[in-house]
Amino acid sequence: MNPVNYLYLAALLFTIGASGVLIRRNAIVLFMCVELMLNASNLALVTFSRLHGNLDGQILAFFTMVVAAAEVVVGLAIIVSIFRTRHSASVDDSNLMKL
Amino acid sequence: MTSTGEAVQFWVLAVIAVGGALGMLLMKKAVHSALCLAATMLSLAVCYLAQGAVFLGVVQIVVYTGAIMMLFLFVVMLVGVSSEDSLKEQLKGQRVAAVLCGVGFGVLLIAGLANAKLSHFTGLSEANAEGNVQGLAKLIFTKYVWAFEVTGALLITAAIGAMVLTHREKIRERLTQRQLAAQRVKDNIQVPPLPAPGVYARHNAVDIPALLPDGTVAEDSVMSTLRERGQIRDVSQEMLQRMAELEEATADWLGRPSSARPQVAGPRQALETVPTPTKEEAE
Repeated sequence: MNPVNYLYLAALLFTIGASGVLIRRNAIVLFMCVELMLNASNLALVTFSRLHGNLDGQILAFFTMVVAAAEVVVGLAIIVSIFRTRHSASVDDSNLMKL
Repeated sequence: MTSTGEAVQFWVLAVIAVGGALGMLLMKKAVHSALCLAATMLSLAVCYLAQGAVFLGVVQIVVYTGAIMMLFLFVVMLVGVSSEDSLKEQLKGQRVAAVLCGVGFGVLLIAGLANAKLSHFTGLSEANAEGNVQGLAKLIFTKYVWAFEVTGALLITAAIGAMVLTHREKIRERLTQRQLAAQRVKDNIQVPPLPAPGVYARHNAVDIPALLPDGTVAEDSVMSTLRERGQIRDVSQEMLQRMAELEEATADWLGRPSSARPQVAGPRQALETVPTPTKEEAE
């Protein structure tokens, strides 16, 4: 097996995540789809690191993980505060910038 | 080429990962989506381990499946476990267009990969000679030290941001129990306690409202959260049906003639609306 298969898997997962962002309406599920896309890109980075034989790709994947963690914390806080004021987690319902 | 063992492991993990991702996309409830995504993340962690990224594999399990997915589950529980997507389309044909876009994007991405010349790979045995963690540490604290420091600032900003966003300002003093009781008598809307939710021989749950003497539902008996989410289970129809069946069975047992049988209540109709006179009738 060629390690390129990992890249195909990453491309597939990224596509599923991207379609999920377009298809789903629930803000939490939307966030999970974004997480899946980040994970897919991480897998691609790790595979590239192996293809090239240096660790820079893994460092990049590590930073992606840190940024994803920070993003999830703030994003979920925003979802919770929107839910408190509007009693809905659907992205169709929030059409104002203010809470 | 890699070993046969890795090939077998890859195909098993790839099926789990893609299945989990599709499950996340297609499951109606957010909790199920979260669990499917956790399965995908775990299989990706094993992929990392198999590719020589030991540190990232462990971090993936600890940070992603351990911390981030649990945070997701907390928020899902907070927002409502059974909150489902609305199937109403705000933009007409948006979902079909989205699926088409997704398929097209996937085809482009995979075709691009297939055209790349990636037949040769180096492998990490040389880079990992001192150990994966040591190699990563060397890079992080020399070449990427600036990015590493900026990451610290980012994490602190995120933590403060989350606290600011979810913090609720207390605008006025909390009312004491005595003040609340006095207020209730003064308002004179509902002085006695609210009715308890329905407790029947067969049902005993907070989401089943109590029934009024005429068989209609007492909305007050169900707590406001369930009322808001529309999760009230109305079993009054079922109950009337069962009562009617019971009456029939009793009458059969006693051998009553049909004239002596109690009238069986038909299924309750919705409350009749009083027809409002139209303009023409009024004239």
